[in-house]
Amino acid sequence: MSEAAFPPVALGPLLPTLIVLGAAGLVLLVDLLPRRGGRDHLAALALVGVVAALLAVIWRAAASGWAGAGRAFLDMIVLDGFAMFATIVICYAAALVILLSVDYLRRTGAESGEYYALVLFATAGMMLLAIAADLIVVFLALELMSLSLYVLAGLFKRELVSGEASMKYFLLGAFASSLMLYGIALVYGATGATNLDRIAAAAGRGYDPLLAIGLGLLLVGFGFKTSAVPFHMWAPDVYQGAPTSVTALIATGSKAAAFAALIRVLVVALPSARADWTALLWAVAVVTMTLGNVVAIAQSNFKRMLAYSSIAHVGYMLVGLVAGGAPGAGAVLFYLLAYTFTTAGTFGVITLCTRAGEEAVEVGDYAGLGRRHPVLAATLGLFLLSLVGIPPLAGFVGKFYLFGAAVRAGFVWLAVIGVLNSAVAAYYYLRVLVYMYMREPEGAAAAWAPSFAGGLALAIALAGVVLLGVVPAPFADLAQAAVEPLLR
Amino acid sequence: MSGLVSAVTFLPAAGALLLLLVPRRRAGALRGGALLVALATLALSLPLFLGFDGDAAGYQFEEARRWMPTLGVTYHVGIDGISVLLVLLTTFLTPLVLASAWRSIEDRVKEFVVTMLILETGMLGVFVSLDLFLFYVFWEAMLIPMYFIIGVWGGADRIYAAVKFVLYTMVGSVLMLVAILALYFQHGAATGAYTFDVPTLARWTVAPGLGQNLMFLAFALAFAIKVPLFPFHTWLPDAHVEAPTPGSVILAGVLLKMGTYGFLRFNLPFFPDASLRFGPLVFALALIGIVYGAWVCTVQADIKKLVAYSSVSHLGFVMLGIFTLTPQGLVGGLIQMVNHGLSTGALFLMVGMLYERRHTRLIADFGGLWKVIPAFSALFLVVTLSSLGLPGLNGFVGEFLILVGAFQVSAWLAAVATTGIIFAAVYMLWMYQRVIFGEVTREENRGLRDLTPREWAILVPVVVLIVWIGVYPTAFTGKTEASVEALLAQVQEKAALRAP
Repeated sequence: MSEAAFPPVALGPLLPTLIVLGAAGLVLLVDLLPRRGGRDHLAALALVGVVAALLAVIWRAAASGWAGAGRAFLDMIVLDGFAMFATIVICYAAALVILLSVDYLRRTGAESGEYYALVLFATAGMMLLAIAADLIVVFLALELMSLSLYVLAGLFKRELVSGEASMKYFLLGAFASSLMLYGIALVYGATGATNLDRIAAAAGRGYDPLLAIGLGLLLVGFGFKTSAVPFHMWAPDVYQGAPTSVTALIATGSKAAAFAALIRVLVVALPSARADWTALLWAVAVVTMTLGNVVAIAQSNFKRMLAYSSIAHVGYMLVGLVAGGAPGAGAVLFYLLAYTFTTAGTFGVITLCTRAGEEAVEVGDYAGLGRRHPVLAATLGLFLLSLVGIPPLAGFVGKFYLFGAAVRAGFVWLAVIGVLNSAVAAYYYLRVLVYMYMREPEGAAAAWAPSFAGGLALAIALAGVVLLGVVPAPFADLAQAAVEPLLR
Repeated sequence: MSGLVSAVTFLPAAGALLLLLVPRRRAGALRGGALLVALATLALSLPLFLGFDGDAAGYQFEEARRWMPTLGVTYHVGIDGISVLLVLLTTFLTPLVLASAWRSIEDRVKEFVVTMLILETGMLGVFVSLDLFLFYVFWEAMLIPMYFIIGVWGGADRIYAAVKFVLYTMVGSVLMLVAILALYFQHGAATGAYTFDVPTLARWTVAPGLGQNLMFLAFALAFAIKVPLFPFHTWLPDAHVEAPTPGSVILAGVLLKMGTYGFLRFNLPFFPDASLRFGPLVFALALIGIVYGAWVCTVQADIKKLVAYSSVSHLGFVMLGIFTLTPQGLVGGLIQMVNHGLSTGALFLMVGMLYERRHTRLIADFGGLWKVIPAFSALFLVVTLSSLGLPGLNGFVGEFLILVGAFQVSAWLAAVATTGIIFAAVYMLWMYQRVIFGEVTREENRGLRDLTPREWAILVPVVVLIVWIGVYPTAFTGKTEASVEALLAQVQEKAALRAP
């Protein structure tokens, strides 16, 4: 009797994800222990988990090198330089969000153990998405991430907008997931494989309409997750309705993870269809940036404005994807890092601001902040200027690499549309500065709710924004080196 | 001496960071500290001028360090005959401006002085950068402090003016960014060296044709908005009028020069064929600006608005001089940039002094000031005459050289431009007459105070320079001539290479 062949189990590449999952389980367990007082210990536990995962990735990168790849589960999982870079971005996003949540949740009365567990589950999903080398794993990771985020969006149970956000996010997200699953099925039908490498080998044989439709449906799914136009409709309502700390996670971590998976699927599995998806993404990028920026101008709610702005930023990143090659994909990775610090910081300031006991979510709430809280206002100002793309801040360098890649690949007009869009965007970001520095508040002024953890998060984010702006070279070079193995 | 250019450039920003530590209630210490920093910067920049070898055409006081090696971005700074005067103009005007704000800026003094010093670093950085990436960083970063100066300390419509200023400038400069990238990749593909280094790029030329023309236009748009060349001038009256006096002085004195400087530093050497091709278009726009600006000035009721529109006319002269592509035209343009910075800067300062006394800037509200404040009136006369180009004062030197250059291109060009000088005499003297001469028409004007010691200290250095340049311009033009000749030789050689 021959023994059943049992694949060798190599958990190494999964280690960071497992650490986060383990931390999530621990948080749930510890939450059961009777204890008076707050949930700060759970936040600390969650933070330790994320930081440990971050250190594990960095340790692995240092030990095995950036170019090496660890594979596991019959090549369903690959922890290569690309995945490590994306995982680092995700870990930073999660850590910043946890730090921002501590006092924010206590103030809003939404403190609970499951919050941190769900944040960790979502983070684990994102990390799995970054290392997924098989469409099935991509789907599972997306669901792990999305389901956790659906619940988190509805955390404010007593608030209608929060419930609406959760419901909308869930319904549209489920719709997107099913389309994506259908796409995976079609790709499987066309190529007989779900593994990305094997799809690439099979797809290279010739044109197959089945594959084209499958690719289209996959792009629809990713379009939903990254909130690219025309699949962006959920974003404004969810960004506005969800608790601000959750919005920060949706805007940074989930976007980074979805983009990582999107790049991997397109570049590794479907390079043969490059002409098709380049043309498609060209159009999507233009529409996404333009719609995001133009509609953002009309918003008076700060979170809603940032939702449209994040749609626009997705458009910029798609420019990098269209440009392709190591410069393009590397620029997207670098941009994700820069965008994560900037956006987490911006939402972080919102979590720390109150006006008349309420969360300060209207742009008008920030009137006079520059006079009353100069340090906080200057911090938000720098984040916003980074979003505009003013040098020497992270956002500028990110855009420089993205549009540089586009010009290099010959997409000059795409770059022109992109930079004109960033000029349009200057208008609505500067409007916040106008309120902070050039107008006086009507009625109660915005105040800042002191929070050590929140302040620490802002300091980290600000340091990242400035560092990436002034000495971008080492990080950008790492991003380039991370994508090169993918393109072989 | 290496490191001097960097020291001059970053001293104001370093001073600004130190001033952040001073508590905001100590307004006097903040004002004094900022003035001290600006004066130290001026002192530090004097060796740049005195030690500058006017007979050498190349860059001097150069510094180059690695910054982003994989991209070919270096920290490369230095000055030549084209930038040396502008650097000095910047370090000269900033302390004056800080002194002029002593009384007029009462609100948020700390923010004001810090913003002003950061702005100075940004402006100096633009003039000394010899790397396109570095240049773009300073060019864009400098927008933000100016935005705050207009928007926070400006007049009634300040927010509108500030936003308009930023958006106008931004649209132009983002297109320049694409052109910079295109230039970088074309140069890299052609030579194998991917670099943003300005001298390296200037030695190479983009193939003439559509590509070079488009890049020229993208750079030109960014600079034309800044200059401002007609019809891109509409942001200027708003920004100048709404800005507080220090902001107006810096805007007119230094910021506008960045546009003309950009044409000289980048458009001419990078795109010689396109520069020749679009010359007539620039001439047309410059002449329209000269005449239109002057006409609009004659009907202004507000002195500050009049001075603002006169900038459109004066900068038209500078553009005319640059695109004649003659040595006289270029040197005249360069010296006229400095002249305009001094005389228009002084006009804005003096309008500000009147405004501090009377809280109005309408010509109709004044009259007969000579009898009340003779010292002010006398200095105002010198500045007015300098602005309209009286021989013996600085304005004449620049305009004369520009007209000489223009005449070599076409007599008609010079003829139309000359009408601008005539109109300048009309609107400036008429304004002066209505404000200063005649009887005192308003009772409020009888009790006006003449110049205070602080105001003397601000105005005298400017007047000294106005006379000095007027009487002995060689001290200044001598620094520029070698660089100008070299630039023109480069342009003509590159363009001639391909001429049939």
